[in-house]
Amino acid sequence: MNWSWFPEYFPLLLQGIWLTIQLLVLSMVFGLIIAVPVGLVQVTGPRWLGAIARGYCTLMRGTPLLVQLWLLYFGLGSVFASYPEIRQSVFWPVLREGYFYAVLAFSLNEGGYAGEIMRGAFLSVPKGELESARAFGMSPWRVLRRIWLPRAFRNVLPTLAGETVLMLKATPLAATVTVLDIFGVILRVRQNTYLTYEPLLLAAALYMVITLVITQMFARIESRVPSRR
Amino acid sequence: MFPEILSFGEKGFGDELLRGTQYTLLISAFAYLLGVALGLLGASAKLYGGPMSRGIGGIYTSIVRSVPELVLILILYFAGTRGLNTLLGFIGVGPVEVNATLAAIVVLGVVQGAYHTEVFRAAILAVPPGQIEAGRAFGMGRLLIFRRIIGPAMLPNAIPGLSNLWLIVIKDTALVAVVGNVELLSITASAAAFTKKYMLFYLATALIYLTITLVSSYLIGLVERRYRRGQAGLA
Repeated sequence: MNWSWFPEYFPLLLQGIWLTIQLLVLSMVFGLIIAVPVGLVQVTGPRWLGAIARGYCTLMRGTPLLVQLWLLYFGLGSVFASYPEIRQSVFWPVLREGYFYAVLAFSLNEGGYAGEIMRGAFLSVPKGELESARAFGMSPWRVLRRIWLPRAFRNVLPTLAGETVLMLKATPLAATVTVLDIFGVILRVRQNTYLTYEPLLLAAALYMVITLVITQMFARIESRVPSRR
Repeated sequence: MFPEILSFGEKGFGDELLRGTQYTLLISAFAYLLGVALGLLGASAKLYGGPMSRGIGGIYTSIVRSVPELVLILILYFAGTRGLNTLLGFIGVGPVEVNATLAAIVVLGVVQGAYHTEVFRAAILAVPPGQIEAGRAFGMGRLLIFRRIIGPAMLPNAIPGLSNLWLIVIKDTALVAVVGNVELLSITASAAAFTKKYMLFYLATALIYLTITLVSSYLIGLVERRYRRGQAGLA
């Protein structure tokens, strides 16, 4: 085993870890922001909106994430690049980066998976609670904010923990679109040092540690949210 | 309307994409079967094995399930080819080029095996112990109990997990594009780079994957109905 490269790449590796965490947190947050309406309209919305949401979930869950990412990065990216208006706009420095497309693809994908979870979560809240909230004169919006959403989230917290770990394991795909996350840095080390195993083993260990941290964090949150189980 | 570049024959990439689809299905199917075999082995090791095999089973499933598939695929791919060549070196055969398709099957199968292990373990645990005890009371041996009682009784419990894993393995074959060049996504990537029609090719490929998963889900639904016919009220 040869670890002499480690000190040299340590700062880059730290940046990589930070980038991976950014990708993970941004994708989960945006994904959940997409997932709540996607789940909600399937349970209570008008039929055509529900159908659109269902189609969206099928699309995101039925195609590989790597295809989605490359479709956005290479496909949409080349479309963007063909318009001089976009190339000269202030957004171009962002639209040029693989990072942007990675967050976009991961968020849309997570929105599909978590949307399906949120649909079940909204259904799992007992009807009586929603009815009593309505009986208290709460508006539909307030019922959602005070009763429906918090109860739904509580029910799927363990599932969301698993979903976060799955998302973490998807983040290395970003390295295929030039993002220097943990895996991107590892690939660069491999390229520069011609080492086969050492960098990959380090990557595996890093991801395992982050997985452990995520599960511990969710266990913490779960134990703090009151429940009668 | 149909773009000529996707047509079959000299002018289009239709036949290349079709071949890629075939390889994707082939890799998926064999990786899945390998996963089922490893899963049954892993589940029995974790449930009935001694401390040694239980430990190995536990390490296998927890490592594979907490390391990203992409990293695992690279590790197993390089470790596998080098290990095989070292082994062949001992018996005096020169280094061989490992077939990319075979490597993909083995790598994805090993990854799938860990998830299959958990599916089978949960399904077996859900079999009422009374049924197993009844089998033992009839004087059945362990293998006979597994074949006649545990196997058929756990299958309905395992089917949702098993069908999920089939959909996952199809999508995971896309990751092989990073190391190989036979399956659908890698062919798409080179066709797209060659023609510069990125949007068109990736959309077409997404559609192919979507078709595969939709058809699979439909067929799985039929299978599930059949195997759940014994479970009252669940179907």
